[in-house]
Amino acid sequence: MSEPEPRLVAKGICKSFLGFKALDNVDFSIRSGEIHALLGENGAGKSTLIKVLTGVVKADSGVIVLNGEPVAVRDTLHAQQLGIGTVYQEVNLLPNLTVAENLYIGRQPKRFGLVDARSMRRQARALLAQYDISIDVSAQLSSFSVAVQQLIAIARAVDMSGAVLVLDEPTASLDSHEVELLFAVMRKLRARGIGIIFITHFLDQVYAVSDRITVLRNGRVMGTHESKLLSKVELVSLMLGRTLAAATEHGRRLAPAASERKISFGQFGRARSIAPFDLTIGAGEVVGVAGLLGSGRTETARLMFGVDMPDSGSIEIEGRPVRIASPRAAIRFGFGLCPEDRKADGIIGDLSVRENIALALQARHGWFKRMSTREQTDLATRFVKALDIRTTDIEKPVKLLSGGNQQKVILARWLATQPRFLILDEPTRGIDVGAHAEIIELINRLCDDGLALVVISSEIEEIVAYSTRVRVIRDRVHVGELTGNDISTGNIMRAIAQEGAAQ
Amino acid sequence: MMSSRLLPFYATVVICVLAYAVCVFQFPNMLSTRVLGNLLTDNAFLGIAAVGMTFVILSGGIDLSVGSVIGFTGVLIAVLISWYGVHPLAAFFIALVIATAFGAVMGAVIHYLDVPAFIVTLAGMFLARGMAFVITTESIPIKHEFYSTLSGLFVRMPGGGRITFIGGLMVLVFVAGIMLAHFTRFGSYVYAIGGNKVSAELMGVPVARTTIAIYALSGFLSGLAGIVFSLYTSAGYSLSAVGVELDTIAAVVIGGTLLTGGVGLVAGTFVGVIIQGIIQTYIVFDGTLSSWWTKIVVGLLLFAFIALQRLLVVLSARKGSLRGAIP
Repeated sequence: MSEPEPRLVAKGICKSFLGFKALDNVDFSIRSGEIHALLGENGAGKSTLIKVLTGVVKADSGVIVLNGEPVAVRDTLHAQQLGIGTVYQEVNLLPNLTVAENLYIGRQPKRFGLVDARSMRRQARALLAQYDISIDVSAQLSSFSVAVQQLIAIARAVDMSGAVLVLDEPTASLDSHEVELLFAVMRKLRARGIGIIFITHFLDQVYAVSDRITVLRNGRVMGTHESKLLSKVELVSLMLGRTLAAATEHGRRLAPAASERKISFGQFGRARSIAPFDLTIGAGEVVGVAGLLGSGRTETARLMFGVDMPDSGSIEIEGRPVRIASPRAAIRFGFGLCPEDRKADGIIGDLSVRENIALALQARHGWFKRMSTREQTDLATRFVKALDIRTTDIEKPVKLLSGGNQQKVILARWLATQPRFLILDEPTRGIDVGAHAEIIELINRLCDDGLALVVISSEIEEIVAYSTRVRVIRDRVHVGELTGNDISTGNIMRAIAQEGAAQ
Repeated sequence: MMSSRLLPFYATVVICVLAYAVCVFQFPNMLSTRVLGNLLTDNAFLGIAAVGMTFVILSGGIDLSVGSVIGFTGVLIAVLISWYGVHPLAAFFIALVIATAFGAVMGAVIHYLDVPAFIVTLAGMFLARGMAFVITTESIPIKHEFYSTLSGLFVRMPGGGRITFIGGLMVLVFVAGIMLAHFTRFGSYVYAIGGNKVSAELMGVPVARTTIAIYALSGFLSGLAGIVFSLYTSAGYSLSAVGVELDTIAAVVIGGTLLTGGVGLVAGTFVGVIIQGIIQTYIVFDGTLSSWWTKIVVGLLLFAFIALQRLLVVLSARKGSLRGAIP
């Protein structure tokens, strides 16, 4: 077998953060002259793997072999010296400097001890000419489009590396023409023998440019495949997995009898965020929202909760048109949102369980009518019991609780306000399997109590387990809805992979 | 460079020229090289300290210890010369070494302990002022032959104006500052850190070394400003130069440097200093106005410039999003 020589091999990489296994025995290799797509949902371990390879963080165990020699990458500068160039997710350049300065900062040519600006500009022009870019290199970087900036970042990374190039979501802010331009550059570099690691969420782009695909899920490699031999459906199922414990399978939920208490969103949309959609949800319903990361799931939630303003559309609650201009207004109408990143947007880690639970209710009372500590204690005790929140004490800071219990605290906070409509964005992310099942159980119970729920999740089996209807979102458009017996993992995956199962 | 980035600088230049024209219109006597020479001499210490402040602000930081370091240096020099009979040159050397080290330590604390520059230099401000008081609370006159020679040095301009030693020194410091900012790697590192520290670090800019050097430079120039101030007043007093750091910050901002860092010119700071000088001169010529009017006008100018910069940022952001929308 004449396998091409691998450029970079990572073997048995493990990395834990505070006991959470971000990478679990990961093997990954990239050949010379190959574009290798690295895929996985958020938190799958892609960025941690990249950080290990480029020296931003150190692996707990495992070896990295570059061009046949084992290396220990100390820091980003060392990685650059070893020939590993990286373009990080956000364009990491300096918008306040000129293009030439951005390309050569730290290694400017000197003459008589001073920076030789003229020869720096000449070199910069020559460098960019290789990418068919001819621009004024003495102009400020910020005066160019994001696409050009991205190409400049790549030119810099390639110029400093030459062995391996890592592109972390380089296309997120590019339009289709700019993406083509980038792909042309990538193919050129591949022909030069550079190994390119390409991270993206856009599956079409993966197939357009990559030679091989490695899928990560929960810190493990789910497999490395030739792009040509892997179908989209197979890829999606690798990314989203089918491993959720069967414990949550209760059989299909039945759609509740049509309820009068309905909330309907009509032609709700926002430019560059999510195309207009219709959604009607009645009490006792759970609408699952499925789609890949970046497809517009979270945007849908933010729009419905009044975080972002819609450009178009209307809301009716029980037949009455209303206007929701802010999350405060949404809360007044009995809406609630448990955001995706609970650390950043949800819990307040240093406050106690009691204070966190009382927060939303207190906010609704207004700040001048303070809830007494006793009221708060009663409230917290009730919910700790009802939701089975495992804490030794309701005065314990929330940050000391496990992920699942933190999630329950947020749920309790909203339930305390007695909402009619609750949006849960990834309620089970980063939660161990046991707590997972409990949260799902809880969702089912809430629904029986007559709450209208929208649950966004990457775990398709989970969505199947509790949804009465399933919305599928792809590329910022609500592309279909599955109901009744059509709800199955296979159908949802096909709808996401655009092979037309949903109407 | 994009011209809108330089707009605050151009605005400053226009205001400076206009202000001078207004003065000359009212007091024709102000159109003389004498006034120009005095403008340089009277604002020499402010200008020198403002060069250091420009680098600090360009890097996204702030240095509140400037005035205290000037006061401390002045007292230290006066005591060394008058009480201990040290030669002025040796006293200068000692003062500069201490001031530079003081700045370097603040820079190291800011970087390694990751404490906001505002807090660290606030502590530095109290520390330096306190040290000045510990040395002496009295005003110490400096009587030394070398001193009178130095402060007597001047170059005559056509029209009878004099460029004194300290005025000339300020101009030299500005020229050196401009070279440092625009023609050295250190200069580009300063802009890089002010633009985005995280990006700068990922691009391989030596952030630690540069941060320390920036505050050391500011300390050194504050020390130099202290020397110039003692030459100017021929005395050292622990209460002198209180609040000068705020005047230098005003000069830097009026000169078109963005307070958030990354954008600005050392030359702009020069114009900023001169504008303050012109206002002061106007008040002196007028004779009836309180000298506090300087502060009022400077305050108004600051407001105007911060508003202008904010406006430019908003406008360029809007332009940027348009550009993003239309490929």
